[in-house]
Amino acid sequence: MDGFIELLFPWEASPLILVGIGGAVLMYGIGLARGGSPGRWRAISFVAGVALFYAVTQTHFDYYSQYLFFAHRGQHLVLHHLAPFLVALSAPGPVLAAALPDCRISGSAHRHAKGFVAKLYRGFQNPWLAGTLFVGLIAFWLIPGVHFDAMLSRRLYWIMNWSMALDGLLFWWLVFARNPAGATPHLTFGSRVLLLTLIIPPQMLIGATLAFSEQSLFDVYDVCGRAFPIAPMDDQQLGGLIIWVPAVMMSMAGVLILLARQLGDGSHERAGDNESVALGRIRQERHGDHGAQGGER
Amino acid sequence: MLLTLLVASCNSEPWQTRDISGLMPSLEFQLSAVNGESLSEADLQGRVVLLLFGYTSCPDICPTNLAQLAALKRRLPASQVEAVQILFVSVDPQRDSPTTLATFAGYFEAEIIAATSTPDRLRALSRRYRTTFSYGEADADGFYEVTHSSGVYVFDQNGAARLLFRPGDSVEQMAADLTRLLK
Repeated sequence: MDGFIELLFPWEASPLILVGIGGAVLMYGIGLARGGSPGRWRAISFVAGVALFYAVTQTHFDYYSQYLFFAHRGQHLVLHHLAPFLVALSAPGPVLAAALPDCRISGSAHRHAKGFVAKLYRGFQNPWLAGTLFVGLIAFWLIPGVHFDAMLSRRLYWIMNWSMALDGLLFWWLVFARNPAGATPHLTFGSRVLLLTLIIPPQMLIGATLAFSEQSLFDVYDVCGRAFPIAPMDDQQLGGLIIWVPAVMMSMAGVLILLARQLGDGSHERAGDNESVALGRIRQERHGDHGAQGGER
Repeated sequence: MLLTLLVASCNSEPWQTRDISGLMPSLEFQLSAVNGESLSEADLQGRVVLLLFGYTSCPDICPTNLAQLAALKRRLPASQVEAVQILFVSVDPQRDSPTTLATFAGYFEAEIIAATSTPDRLRALSRRYRTTFSYGEADADGFYEVTHSSGVYVFDQNGAARLLFRPGDSVEQMAADLTRLLK
């Protein structure tokens, strides 16, 4: 029992991750309390996504990810595909926005800063760049020399994992974004499906290369010791298969969800509208409150 | 800092073994040596330290590594031998008593410091250098295998992590890099 509880504790506690995840859950909770109503499935999707981010970075899962190649690939599958997929699917924007303190942007410096961030964000959300970054990052961290350094240096290891998580969020956000008036570029149904389809072949290629390779490419696990005895080639083949099969299946899942949404009777769209209306109402009420308080003073 | 490292690594000739400058924390440890006295990095100050993890019942990696390092030391000019210290850390304190460690270190024709510590300290030390160890199931005779790092961490005279010798590296390559490090 003690052993099991120990597994739930971080192998390397990261204050940044704890604050990030704690902050996201707290804000979501505040947003819900202030009247955000995303519906049960979207709330579950958000919580599951955030919980997965936590599970693969702040439990002993991280230990196995550091000392087994295939567990490391499993960690990246969650960080880059599954967890951000669930978070983006939950479209938590309105709920999180409801939790934000109501501050009006004043002063040109603020406006400039906001404009710059929005421009930068839209730059990253160019679909061609987003797709290239998505598969490019997988490939980059798997260059044997780069991978060796990343597994050996604590700092690089966290940079690698953060880059995967953030890129995953950007990518799936673009795929599932629904609000045409939002900062995220609004892609057509066809472009989204094309984007999800185009990222399949490179991932299959990377996965198959590792699964069929006849030499051990990542000797850092030999040098640093594995979490349990497994033949290096078995470890590498399993890792390759994880890149190949489940990673590619996430594209399929994305296409199916987009298709279901497209075929939906439009009630989703209306629900989305209702939500923005509701958010607007929350905002208005809060302004009203402020006004009333101001009046009393 | 990253940029400086990048520029530095681009300008200089590549090392023959793995260059790990800037990737790992400097040398720091608290161990008990064979005579039972405590041993820390301060005791090895000013020397190049070749740190490796293992256990005395190790059937393959440890004896091979130590024999290679002993051969490496024999290649060095007499004036430099004193400047290089081999530090063997046993991650199997249950079986490796001070006496066992002393006997084991004596098999190799070089002066080797063999030390161990409590499980917690060993775990902290191996984590510091991003390696791990684990124990296999004991067989009928009570023998169990220990999986551990197969690399040799090389720290320079200032205690900075500089090189990693991997199982595939030859004594010639190690000697070339070590001589360069000692300059």
